[in-house]
Amino acid sequence: MTSTSAQESASPATPMQLLLRRFLRNRVATAAALLLLLLILVALLAPVLSPQNPYDLSMVSFMDAEQPPGGVSVAHQMHFWLGSDGAGRDILSSILYGLRISLGIGLASAVVALFFGTCIGLLAAYAGGRVDAMLMRIVDIQLSIPTVLVALILLAALGQGVDKTLMALVLVQWATFARNVRGVAQVERGKEYVEAALGQGLPARYVMLRHVLPNCMAPLIVTTTNQIASAITLEATMSFLGIGLPQTRPSLGLLISNGFDYMLSNQYWISVFPGLALVLLVVSISLVGDQLRVALNPKLDL
Amino acid sequence: MIEMLVKRTQQSLLVVFIMSLIAFVGINLVGNPIYLLVAPDATSVEIAQAAHTLGLDLPVYQQYGRFLFNALHGDLGNSFVFNQPAVSLIIERMPATFELALMATLLSFFIGVPLGMWAGLRPGSKVHKLTMGLSILGVTIPSFWLGLILILVFAVNLGWFPSGGRGPTTNLFGIPVSFLNLEGLRFLCLPAMTLALHNIALVMRMTEAGTREVAVQEYIKFARAKGVGAIRLMLRHVAPNVMIPIITMMGLEFGHLIAFSLITETIFAWPGMGKLIVDSVLQLDRPVVVAYLMVVLILFVLINFVVDVLYLILDPRLRSRSQ
Repeated sequence: MTSTSAQESASPATPMQLLLRRFLRNRVATAAALLLLLLILVALLAPVLSPQNPYDLSMVSFMDAEQPPGGVSVAHQMHFWLGSDGAGRDILSSILYGLRISLGIGLASAVVALFFGTCIGLLAAYAGGRVDAMLMRIVDIQLSIPTVLVALILLAALGQGVDKTLMALVLVQWATFARNVRGVAQVERGKEYVEAALGQGLPARYVMLRHVLPNCMAPLIVTTTNQIASAITLEATMSFLGIGLPQTRPSLGLLISNGFDYMLSNQYWISVFPGLALVLLVVSISLVGDQLRVALNPKLDL
Repeated sequence: MIEMLVKRTQQSLLVVFIMSLIAFVGINLVGNPIYLLVAPDATSVEIAQAAHTLGLDLPVYQQYGRFLFNALHGDLGNSFVFNQPAVSLIIERMPATFELALMATLLSFFIGVPLGMWAGLRPGSKVHKLTMGLSILGVTIPSFWLGLILILVFAVNLGWFPSGGRGPTTNLFGIPVSFLNLEGLRFLCLPAMTLALHNIALVMRMTEAGTREVAVQEYIKFARAKGVGAIRLMLRHVAPNVMIPIITMMGLEFGHLIAFSLITETIFAWPGMGKLIVDSVLQLDRPVVVAYLMVVLILFVLINFVVDVLYLILDPRLRSRSQ
């Protein structure tokens, strides 16, 4: 054992290994990362793992409606480990499929917003002056209004649907990315290596993308992680209010909303378990994001 | 100073104008609300007539022109659903929302500040770890989920609080409020707690950070050496130096609370303007949606404006930079 660890410390670690080592120092964050991996895996494998396909009406029977957790179905030989909802769907299966949708929407919207936000942020940092002032003014205004309100306006204007929810989430998030990228890129732009690259006669676009952008990566990774969490929360909130996703593809937020009326008669499982899945998902993502921020910052010596 | 104020006012007005344009044009792209208003068996002539009386047959820019002209006269149109002026519908429901937001602000202050200070004075201790862990949960947990759990535990199972509605109100200067009678207070508890959670966590984190910074200063050590008691130390020496940014943040957060209350109000069927807007969005009641957005945006711009001006007055460095 001692010889291998000596070998490890002798060979220079790659940045990735260093990052991993720094990340794993926090036990809570490590647990959160493992949980997150598990949730992603379970969401990807939902069709294989779930006992029932909640979208397949031939498998769902009204006879099984409102079964408490652990109940047995009448028609099909199966257990409802987390109970069943008002239409006889297995809650566990609905959660697995809902996780897919929530995660998918969160990831997709954050990545698209990342792309647009980065472009705009880089443009502002590169152009400076009037363009910068105007773009940042727009960002300021948007960020001063709560995301819930912006999303509500957009969804009221655009209407319901998966594509519209995605669009609204992207429009809510781009400003955060733009502000972050612009902040970092502006600092980098003043540094000597950028001067040198520009002085060599390299085109500005090339310098921004090949030299400045890679140095913005660390804060961008952290922002993206946190934005995925907030996108998932916002989507769930909008779906809960009934102005997000359509009923045909229920995300976790919609599942919670569907169980709300049953909760008042103490049939808690229809709402509580999807909610628990949502909370685990969002909290684990933000804990991972927090620890990434610590691990990616070389100034914070652990 | 005056120049800054004028500039800031111009900016605020511009923001309100642009927002009104975006909101109005945006809302006009949604499906035709006329079908919600006429009887299901109405003929096309009747539909056209109804659309004409509501001005829905005009081009969008003319509708906006009319809207802007009327808005400047304090008229944001009639609700399609209630057939009442949209502004008065919102103003009717405003006290309920304000009461909720105010209660949440008080809760976040009186829970967040003591806990944050306590944790900040003992960095690394169990108390510190626990409160910081809880604050992470408080920031990340979706507030509607917390509301549901509170209903499940305290209303459905324990029966201590009602699960929704506002209950009896008492008139205070002609405004109905809940907090003056015990029954009304019971109705207020759960929604206010749900709304406050996020802010409690924020205030706690800010107070903790501020306290840690202040606690190592020389004057605190000196006060300790002088033999000042723990409580007096906190109230007289730590608190004043930590409070300014926290109070600023809470002022700015008040607008957010008003906006976020739309979630809380929907869960608890609290008859405020947040519930009104969600219902109106679902019913395509355009004038109410636009009026709500305008009222809330003006509120926001006002809050930001006041905070900026206060900063100018309080911080001499900002004033010299503007000159």
